[in-house]
Amino acid sequence: MGKVFAFHGGIHPPENKKQSTRTPIAIAPIPEVLTVPIQQHIGIPAKVLVNVGDQVLKGQMIAAAEGRISASVHAPTSGKVVDISMQPVPHASGLSAQCVVIETDDQEQWSDTQGLADYTALSKPELIDFIRDKGIAGMGGAGFPTDVKLHLGDDHIVNTLIINAAECEPYITADDMLMRERADRIVRGIEVIHHLLKPHHVVIGIEDNKAHAIRVLEEQLKGHPLNIDIVVVPTKYPSGGEKQLIKLLTGVEVPSGGIPADVGIVCQNVGTAAAISDAVFDGKPLISRIVTITGDAARKPQNFEALIGTPFDTLLEAADVDRNALSRLVCGGPMMGFTINDGSIPVIKTSNCVIAATADEMPPAPPAQACIRCGMCEQVCPAELLPQQLHWFAKSRELDKAKHHNLFDCIECGACAYVCPSSIPLVQYYRFAKSEIRNEEAEQRKAELAKQRFEARLARQEQEKLEKEARRKARAADAAKAQAQKAAAPVSQPASSEDELKKLKTAAAVARTKLKKAQTALDKAKADGGDDIAQLDLQFQQAQQASDKAAAALASAEAGQTDAVKPAVDTKQLKTAAAVARTKLKKAEKALASAEEKGQDDLDALRATVKELTQKADAAQQALEQADSGTSAPAVPDTKQLKTAAAVARTKLKKAQSALALAQEQGADNADELAKTVAELEAKAATAQAAFDAAESGSSSAQPQDKTADLQADVDKAKQTLEKAQKALTAAQASGSPAVDKMRAGVEKLEKKYQDAVTALQAVKGSTEKPAAEPELDLKALKQTVSIMRTKLKKAEKALAEAPDDAALADEVARLTQSHDEAKQAFEAGEAKQIEQAAAQGVDLKQLKIDAAMARAAVTKIERAIKKASEQDSDLRELETELVGAQQHADKLNTTLSQFE
Amino acid sequence: MSTVVIAICVLLGLAAVFGIILGYAAVKFKVEGNPIVDQIDGLLPQTQCGQCGYPGCRPYAEAIANGDAINKCPPGGQSTVEALADLLDVEAVPLDAVEETVKKVAYIREDECIGCTKCIQACPVDAILGAAKQMHTVITAECTGCDLCVEPCPVDCIDMLPLETTLNNWKWDAPRPGIELIATDAGRGTEQRGAA
Repeated sequence: MGKVFAFHGGIHPPENKKQSTRTPIAIAPIPEVLTVPIQQHIGIPAKVLVNVGDQVLKGQMIAAAEGRISASVHAPTSGKVVDISMQPVPHASGLSAQCVVIETDDQEQWSDTQGLADYTALSKPELIDFIRDKGIAGMGGAGFPTDVKLHLGDDHIVNTLIINAAECEPYITADDMLMRERADRIVRGIEVIHHLLKPHHVVIGIEDNKAHAIRVLEEQLKGHPLNIDIVVVPTKYPSGGEKQLIKLLTGVEVPSGGIPADVGIVCQNVGTAAAISDAVFDGKPLISRIVTITGDAARKPQNFEALIGTPFDTLLEAADVDRNALSRLVCGGPMMGFTINDGSIPVIKTSNCVIAATADEMPPAPPAQACIRCGMCEQVCPAELLPQQLHWFAKSRELDKAKHHNLFDCIECGACAYVCPSSIPLVQYYRFAKSEIRNEEAEQRKAELAKQRFEARLARQEQEKLEKEARRKARAADAAKAQAQKAAAPVSQPASSEDELKKLKTAAAVARTKLKKAQTALDKAKADGGDDIAQLDLQFQQAQQASDKAAAALASAEAGQTDAVKPAVDTKQLKTAAAVARTKLKKAEKALASAEEKGQDDLDALRATVKELTQKADAAQQALEQADSGTSAPAVPDTKQLKTAAAVARTKLKKAQSALALAQEQGADNADELAKTVAELEAKAATAQAAFDAAESGSSSAQPQDKTADLQADVDKAKQTLEKAQKALTAAQASGSPAVDKMRAGVEKLEKKYQDAVTALQAVKGSTEKPAAEPELDLKALKQTVSIMRTKLKKAEKALAEAPDDAALADEVARLTQSHDEAKQAFEAGEAKQIEQAAAQGVDLKQLKIDAAMARAAVTKIERAIKKASEQDSDLRELETELVGAQQHADKLNTTLSQFE
Repeated sequence: MSTVVIAICVLLGLAAVFGIILGYAAVKFKVEGNPIVDQIDGLLPQTQCGQCGYPGCRPYAEAIANGDAINKCPPGGQSTVEALADLLDVEAVPLDAVEETVKKVAYIREDECIGCTKCIQACPVDAILGAAKQMHTVITAECTGCDLCVEPCPVDCIDMLPLETTLNNWKWDAPRPGIELIATDAGRGTEQRGAA
């Protein structure tokens, strides 16, 4: 016998227990229909395993536990599932819940269930699972799944196991009768719980008003190996409350918000212990329980062992309840139970009592009056709360304050309301406040969840937006790349233009052939000295022009596609022709020279031939130049060759000049002739130079600076030669040489040559207007030339200022001034010409450019639209037609523009 | 004279020291964002319904922090207005709309749904499940009852149904204050007389 402590407060209501303990536990009749709710416990509703129409056996699981805190439900008897629907259940709300409705067949046919022969053979988790499968939940009133409590030994040190046999609430005698009649089962159940939790010490707490039960239990425990104490506690409501009983038996208080296991204690109801025993030893799931039917309206108040799902009406009938006297049907005890209005509400695992009260027995609560602050509620509160304060807070909805006053420690025992002189329904206020707070917390959680989801959604939308933007940018970049590629790569001509190119090539080849033929004919005629040389020459030139035209056409066709290979060949041929002409000219000249030496008769004829040949060579050179200007890429090597030719001519000229000088000094006879030769050579050199210049200006306007520099160098060289000749002349004059006159003539010629060179330079400068590819660059070159000229002029002027007597310097300055002016004029003319050219055809160059750009943009736009449309496959054809039109327009404009550029 | 100078120097020194401490604290313990907005946001029901005229609860919280009226939240009801008034220390004003007494959730009549996904796009909390040309359904547990999905539905197959009361969300009613009853009230009076 342990020491009994005391808890705060408590009341002593009339017990009213004796009425229902007069007769032993009766087996309740099996009703026709059992209504089994799938949630009879605290936690998650069980999951229905059967379907409507299924045949079920007694003890068969019809709903399985789901989640940790849940309990399975079994068929209380054999029968057929006729309905799974919402049915009224024993709940203060009077609401309906999901129920399995079983039509009983009176067979009581058990399913194949077996108990355990030796429960210690199973591991603890297996044993607990076995108990869980039997659907056992706390039978004391709350219906907490028992297996969860049996697991408490895993993470808590359980010192004391308390078996709650207090049954403090008035009227209820279910546990009392159970102990009286089935103490053995209770003890066996305790053994199982003891095995699982291994407490040091087991205490059965029982109120002193159950003398019979105490005696039976003591007898049962006589000589029991386990350390089980029966502690009789004084009868005081609510000693059966878990926390109150723990306080009574151990003096330990369960902390607020904690569970008994926190202080090493586990509490189980006697009914639960008996159910565990049934489950473990007989394999019988929790399908029935003992229900007290009592109240003044019941003529035979007694305890029934009723199947779960039995309607209260069946039990009331069995207890012979006087329906006329019945005014209130209370499920549970008079302190904590709730009124039910429907007799069809079934017995569940937690239904310990039904009170069929008459109006006299339980009159309606009198109207509540104002709180007089008497403080009686505080004195009886077993949880040591301040019921009065909580009442005020609940009433004024100051829920936070109520919470801070430990509202949730209230066990809703009703002691405060019982003693309230103002009949204030205090417990209702607390229940209301509690459910409000729970509701608010649930809403808060939901709001938090909604917020999270909303923010997640916003974040996702933001992310999508960014991704979209990134994709758009990537697309734009791709498009730009494609555009750039298109621009960089030559416009790959369609197949038709390639055909055209072929035709052009053929035409060029034909023209070349004709040119060759004409040349051959001309050569032949010349060799034969025929009369029709002039005519043939004309023909040859025409053929050459045609060939050039064809070559130019071919080049323009090929421009932008590939380098003009064919025209390069053409120019090569032309070059060859020019070289041939030159060679012939040389031969003729030689012949002429030898003839002159020999004093032959046909000197005039030979001279004419030489002249003709010279002309021819010039023509060939011109043709070459034209061809060169027509093409552009292969122009550089040509100009080189031309340069070489010019240099060769110059060297020859020099040699001739030196020969002439020698001859003049020696007073040779053939000095005149030599002078002539020199003059001719000079002319030739000048032509070669001019040809070279023209070719260069026509072709490589890409290197205008080099070209002008070269020309300048040439001019300088000519100037030097001239100066040398002049010096020689002055020397000759000084020595009184007879050849002075001739020398003077030579100098004059040199002067002329120099002038020619200058003119050529100017011509080249002028010709920069013509090449259309980079007119600005040429103009630039011209500008540069002008500036160079200006500098030179200045220098010369300076030199003149230093030596004002030097006539030669004065002359040079005058020349330079002239050439500078000329270059300047050429530049200005070139600049004006380009604009004039365009204006002459009535086209505004700028406008044309803009139009061309617009047309190109339109083409790109339509192309893009087509791309888009092809993705969406809609009115593609129309767009394509549009594109073709726009492309044509753009091409036209581009062609026009290229003519001027 | 020197005492006065010393006193002034000491005071100036103290002022400098505390100034430095305060300046350091102001930098070190700088509060990011406006904490009052978070507090207001915490009181709002987070239905994201936009009935206040702002696109969600947080924008409204920001607007309140900047001086907007506190009574524009019908889902929150008068209790939210009072909580906000309490927080901001302003006077509680009546709600600017009819309070939503019953919690509602959206329900899609699935037979009529054509699978246009318009409601999915409208839902601020992603509580509608479905795909293009597939039937949609509302995840009731996630639905805040904002009814933003009702408007965009082209076939009007979305209903706002009151949330069903189950054993899990049922709550006790507030007891009627006894003081309102007098002994002669219907029923009560006869019972009282009978009892006597």
